[in-house]
Amino acid sequence: MGVLTPLEEVLRTAAPQVLGAVVRRYGDFDTSEDAVQEALLAAARQWPREGMPDDPRAWLIRVASRRRIELLRNEEARRRREALPADPVPSVRGDDELTLLVLCCHPALTPLSQVALTLRAVGGLSTAEIARALLVPESTVGQRISRAKRKIREAGARFVLPANFEERLPGVRQTLYLIFNEGHTASSGSSLHRVELSTEAIRLTRQLHARLPQDGEVAGLLALMLLTDARRPARTRPDGALVPLAEQDRTLWNRAAIEEGVEIITAALRDTEIGPFQLQAAIAAVHAEPGETDWPQILALYRLLESVAPGPMVTLNRIVALAEVDGPLVGLRALEKAATEPALATHHRVTAVRAHLLERSGDLAAARDEYLLAARQTLSLPEQRYLESRASRLR
Amino acid sequence: MKYLILIQSNPRSLAIWDKMSDDERAAFGRGHLELNEAMAEAGVHVAGEGLADPSLARFVSVRDGETIVSDGPYAEVKEHLAGFYLIDVPSLDEAVAWAAKVPDAANTEVEVRPILDMSGWEF
Repeated sequence: MGVLTPLEEVLRTAAPQVLGAVVRRYGDFDTSEDAVQEALLAAARQWPREGMPDDPRAWLIRVASRRRIELLRNEEARRRREALPADPVPSVRGDDELTLLVLCCHPALTPLSQVALTLRAVGGLSTAEIARALLVPESTVGQRISRAKRKIREAGARFVLPANFEERLPGVRQTLYLIFNEGHTASSGSSLHRVELSTEAIRLTRQLHARLPQDGEVAGLLALMLLTDARRPARTRPDGALVPLAEQDRTLWNRAAIEEGVEIITAALRDTEIGPFQLQAAIAAVHAEPGETDWPQILALYRLLESVAPGPMVTLNRIVALAEVDGPLVGLRALEKAATEPALATHHRVTAVRAHLLERSGDLAAARDEYLLAARQTLSLPEQRYLESRASRLR
Repeated sequence: MKYLILIQSNPRSLAIWDKMSDDERAAFGRGHLELNEAMAEAGVHVAGEGLADPSLARFVSVRDGETIVSDGPYAEVKEHLAGFYLIDVPSLDEAVAWAAKVPDAANTEVEVRPILDMSGWEF
């Protein structure tokens, strides 16, 4: 897991609180967000040299408020300046982070914009850091953020926690999950200086869970992230090659993260209404158990998940579990039926699963052909290498 | 996900270019500039360039640690890469929608190729 330096820790934690305080006081999310971003950059420059102020949040709020006035002064057409109170010292409030998160995941925004804005406004990351993490140019991220802020303005959204904010939580959870997957799927070795997006997603989801402990799906999402991220050290070899779950060195799994994830999901399943993230976390928890994998249990959970939140990938995973329980031939028959669905017909994962099942059933020539076909269909370089190596083993 | 939109120059595209008036050619160039701006504005633009004539190309190879450079194609090639856009969008459908806005698509066709990434599925 990526570890934040103490300075980063302070800045990232303070970022949404400072922004919340400033925007709540002045109302203009757009300019306030720019001002806070500049205050954070100033702190990152000055504090290592001059030492951290006694009250970092107050320092950031003061600098951001001042910077905001300067930004507004630059736009002469705006006369807001006259209306400014003489001594602006906005204060921090507990629900600001949640309000910000809901605002950044506004349904008027595209997922790409939600991700960029959330990372900056709630995560306290700079545009440059986000660009490096997403592997796109800084100008592209800058554009996504300014576009997002314009959309928020046009939608008339304000910095107030909507009374019906619970209806917006699925969108918030989805955005956090998107951020997690951006980080989770990226290879470890691709860049040393990348901000770890999966770590950031876990941090933000942890905050949300602390604020809304009664929300079972937020708990499920946090547990799912922790349990998935726990396997990260074992998921790839040093050269970037993928290691399938069954072959992973379990001693490399992060036990502390697994224990925390299991604890969270156990409590959520007991105390709250069941949902898709909780079921996925429960499946991840079963996978994380020591000893032989309990496939009947996983199959039962996938069947439940398929009834709660059906989708092609859920069906495919259910078939993988089915094949583990009832054998490869039963799996192949189920796959044949499922592959008539358009969403799965030409999907490389269907081809990859078919290859695995054919290999296990002993039809090595057919398995090899399917591995090679899946290698051609995938968009992932590590997957391509993995599938090609499985094929050459059968040569 | 990133996609590369490839624009080829070939006898068909050259024949169309040949018949264009100056105004039509200017509009074609403006179309590319506007597309660049629209991609940037939408936050999907990663890179986009037009390529110089293939006669200016150099072919580079390394044998036994020695770099060997030779001049670009001796014979006239029928088809060559003339330009590209690299975009970052959520889906192939959106990549195709952007490709449809490339002025060349109205004359000949453009190619959309997904970029391999480092994502990985746990098998």
